[in-house]
Order: sequence, then structure tokens, then C-alpha cells
Amino acid sequence: MSREFDVLVVGAGPAGIAAAATAAESGLHVGVVDDNPAAGGQIWRSGALLPAAAQRWKARLAAAGVVRLQGWRIVDCPEPGAARAERNGAEITRDPESEGRRDLRYRHLILATGARERFLPFPGWTLPNVMGAGGLDAMVRGGLPIAGKRVVVAGTGPLLLAVAAHLTSRGARIVAICEQASAAQMAPLMMQVLRRPGKLWQGASYRWATKKSRYLTRCWTVAALGDERLRSAILQRDGKQWCVECDVLACGFHLVPNTELAALLGCRLENGFVATDERMQTSVPGIWCAGEPTGIGGVELSLLEGQIAGLAAAGKTSAARRLAGRRRGALGFVRALERACQLDPQIRDLPREDTVICRCEDVRLGALLGRGGWRDAKLHTRCGMGPCQGRICGGATEFLFGWHADSVRPPVFPALVSSFLEPDAASELASPKEAL
Amino acid sequence: MAEAAGSITVTVNGVAVRVTPGTTVASATLIAGTQTRVSVAGEPRAPLCGMGICFECRVTIDGAPHQRSCQILCEPGMQVTTRGEPA
Ligand SMILES: Cc1cc2nc3c(=O)[nH]c(=O)nc-3n(C[C@H](O)[C@H](O)[C@H](O)COP(=O)(O)OP(=O)(O)OC[C@H]3O[C@@H](n4cnc5c(N)ncnc54)[C@H](O)[C@@H]3O)c2cc1C
Ligand code: FES
Repeated sequence: MSREFDVLVVGAGPAGIAAAATAAESGLHVGVVDDNPAAGGQIWRSGALLPAAAQRWKARLAAAGVVRLQGWRIVDCPEPGAARAERNGAEITRDPESEGRRDLRYRHLILATGARERFLPFPGWTLPNVMGAGGLDAMVRGGLPIAGKRVVVAGTGPLLLAVAAHLTSRGARIVAICEQASAAQMAPLMMQVLRRPGKLWQGASYRWATKKSRYLTRCWTVAALGDERLRSAILQRDGKQWCVECDVLACGFHLVPNTELAALLGCRLENGFVATDERMQTSVPGIWCAGEPTGIGGVELSLLEGQIAGLAAAGKTSAARRLAGRRRGALGFVRALERACQLDPQIRDLPREDTVICRCEDVRLGALLGRGGWRDAKLHTRCGMGPCQGRICGGATEFLFGWHADSVRPPVFPALVSSFLEPDAASELASPKEAL
Repeated sequence: MAEAAGSITVTVNGVAVRVTPGTTVASATLIAGTQTRVSVAGEPRAPLCGMGICFECRVTIDGAPHQRSCQILCEPGMQVTTRGEPA
């Protein structure tokens, strides 16, 4: 198995697939490393019929001769041109011959690390069966039966509608879809989506347009109730509150880009996103970025950016430039999405003093009040010091307090202890444990 | 144990759970109706993000602790233990 690549791609969502396939079709030796069990990123997960575009791109990736490390993650980039990968579940392997860690080398690195959902705290949000909207979608695609289950979908953005539509098709009973934005705030976005026939959000926008489901704007969950698990949710709209019984509460407040690896590599960030030029090159020569880390714009834009980065890394400048023109035209969608998902400041008031903000370390709101910033909070309360490394609470404290996470240190994911030892020392460890 | 066609069996806290191939271990814990971990303050927790980010879905698989169960697929005979009550 080769470890030296002309182009190494991190992430096999739409952006990473497009980047890897395009670069490999240009004759380069390409590797792609992706954390999920299967390629496709957040949207093209298996477990459901994939759209034609997904099937086309996956077939192109398979035909292009790309080396694929699926179910592996990049945990560190120890020096220029080098990346360290770890295999998920390495410690549970039944095959002692298989490796758990691999050091890779590259000439070009394309970061296509995607985005995660923003989770915002409210009383009860840590109860079992309160999960992300995309999170529930992933669980269902990952084998969780949802037929007959009562589901409240809440948060913000077209993702809620896409998730509700998919769950409905699997037999779920959608009790309510709570969109925190007003209909007026969402309208320009939905009009843009409707004007672009054939685009993926269409099913969602159709649902929005026909109001077939219980789609409530200016509405959010103020609390989740239950002892050991969720039993009901309290919803609020225009100052009125009511309780609904539900089996699952799926909550997501739009997306936050995964910029940790880019930050670790010293790439310049702008307003929280990775800054690139027209060819998708970051501020560090030879490091490219495509898809959600450069701006949340949906699957079409991610595909375009992946192709541009793949072509540009392969030196096909004029082809890259042609696509860059199309990308400029698509950037309006990023801004429309951002405006539509602007959060209502009242949502800041939902957590109480005893509401957990940092789930890894159980740091509650009361402990964070009066802290000077992210670093101060980390030092004094352990907020953001757990295994998620602030990926969940960071998005919340950014909204609640305006804090920004400080510099990123390796590893960007909690790694095996053995990854940070020399190979010989690692083999002497009787049972490697995660450094949590 | 004989496997029915098109399904595999894992155990969650000692109880057999039959799942379709391609099911994640996180989904298997939800099917079993158990939490995944207990928080530092003793609260029950279960999967949140479904995409490998939050670490709430950590369980022990075949004796290996702290596995992000949403990123790992069930394999026949896998033994999953959670820090929750038995399924
Ligand atoms: C349920 C759902 C429905 C959606 N519906 C639509 C829709 O209808 N239309 C639309 O336009 N958009 C939709 N979206 C949004 C769409 O998912 C994103 O726009 C798209 O997936 C972005 O592609 P990407 O390649 O940039 O990132 P992602 O798809 O997020 O892929 C990034 C990949 O990188 C991996 N990764 C990250 N860090 C590392 C690391 N360090 N090492 C290894 N791997 C790593 C991740 O695990 C992931 O697999 C939907 C999203 C969800 C969740
Ligand atoms: S559910 Fe978040 S890491 Fe698995």
C-alpha cells in the first residue's frame, strides 16, 4: 500500500470525492482519507437510494485509481508534506496484521473536511434521544428503524426540511418542524432554491412551499423533558409555550465548518472559514481547501470547489479557471443561506445556570458566566478540554458569549497513545488506550 | 449462532441484537434502548452528532474502550458494552 502521494485529500464528502477523482483523472497519484465507514460525507451516506449525481461521482472515484483509506482519520500533520492517519477501531481489530496507524507523504494536500452541525444548549438537551438533525438522519441511514416514531425536528436551515422529508419517507411521524427563523427571513433562500430546478434542496423547498408538514417558523424548543431519556419537548412560538410528546428530538442550528486541520497547518482563516484564492489554494502554498470549510453552500458548490482544487493541484489552470467562474455565480447561495439561518438572540436565553454547556466535562452555564473568553474558561472550568476538543461547546459559546476558540494543537482528534510514540515503543504497549 | 439471511447479530450488554448489515454500532445501541456512556457528573448520554465529532457515543467494543460507535459498523459476534444499564 503506497504512502506517498502527489495529492492527498482529507475527507470523502462531495468536495473530497470530486477533488480526488479530478486529480487522479489528470494522471496524478492520489490518496483520500475519510473518517466515515463509507465514502459520501454527510449527504451521500449509504442506507438510502443515492441521487444520480452521487452514483456518478462515486463511480468516477472508483474508476480513477485513487488509494482510499476509508474509516481512517488524519490526526496530525507533524511536518510539511507529512500527515498521520489512524484507522477507526484499530484496537478492536480481529486481524493482528492490520495496521492502526500510517504516516503519509504528499506534495499537495486538499482539505475537504466538511462541516458539523451547530448544537445550542437548552435545558434537557443532553438527554438520550435528543440528537442532531443531521445526527438522527445519519443514525437512520446507519440502520436505526424510525417507522412509527414521533419526531420533533428543530433548529434552523433547509437541513431540517431535508431531514424531515427523509424521515417521513421512512415512516416517522413528524410531530413538528420548528424553524427558529421567520418566514420572511427564510423566503429569499427558498425562492433561490425553487428557481434552481433539479437541485437537491428542492424536495425540502417543495415541502416548505406547500406547507404539507407541521412547519412552524419563529418556533424553538425551550426544554426537553424526561428522566433517563426524552419523553417530551416544550416548544415556544410568539411567547406561547406548549408541550408535545415525542420519541426523538432532532435539533441542529445550521452548520459550523471543520477548520481544525487547516488551522493546525497555519492556513489563514477569515470569519471562521478557510480563506482561499480562486483556485481554492489556501494561504499556504500546496495546501488547498474545498467544500464547507470555505463557506457553507451545499453539495453543488462543494462539488465545484472539489473539481477546481483537483484540477488546480494537477496544474490544469485554465480548466480550473473556467469552473471558478461558475463558482463565483454560486456564491450568492452561501450568503442567502447565512442570512436565512441568522439566529434569534432570544435563543441565547434558553440555557439555565445549571444547564450543561460543555458535554464532555459537564461544565454548566453558571460556571462560565463572567469568564473573560474561551481560554479563560478552558483554564478555569475545563470547558472544551474533553475529547471533542470544543467542537460541540465551541459553536455554542461562540453564539452565547461571542468567544472564539484559540489556536489548534495536535492531535486534531484524540488519538491512540501509540500514535505519538515511535513504532518500536508502540508495539511494547500491551493495550494501547485512547488518550482521553 | 446461526445468522438469518441478511442480518447479523451483535450483543449489547450481553443481550443479542439483530441488525441489518451496514448498521453502525451507535444505531445498535439505540435499537437496544441503552445509553452509551455516563458523563463525568453521572448523567446518561447517548449519540448526538452521528458523524464522529461529539464523542458522546463512546462504548467498549470487544474489550476496547472509548470507541466512537457511530463510525464503526457492526460485525457478526461483536460484543458491545455501554456504561448504561443493561439493554
Ligand atoms: C441530512 C442532510 C441532508 C442534506 N441535504 C442537502 C441537500 O438536499 N442539498 C444540499 O445542497 N446540501 C445538503 N446537505 C448539506 C451537504 O451535506 C453538504 O453541503 C455537503 O455534504 C458538503 O460536502 P463536503 O464534501 O464539503 O463535506 P462533508 O460532506 O461534510 O464531508 C466531509 C468528510 O470529511 C471527513 N473528515 C473531516 N475531518 C477529517 C479528518 N481529520 N480525517 C478524515 N476525515 C475527515 C468527514 O468525516 C466527512 O466524511 C445535507 C446535509 C445533511 C446532513
Ligand atoms: S454520535 Fe457524535 S461521535 Fe458518535
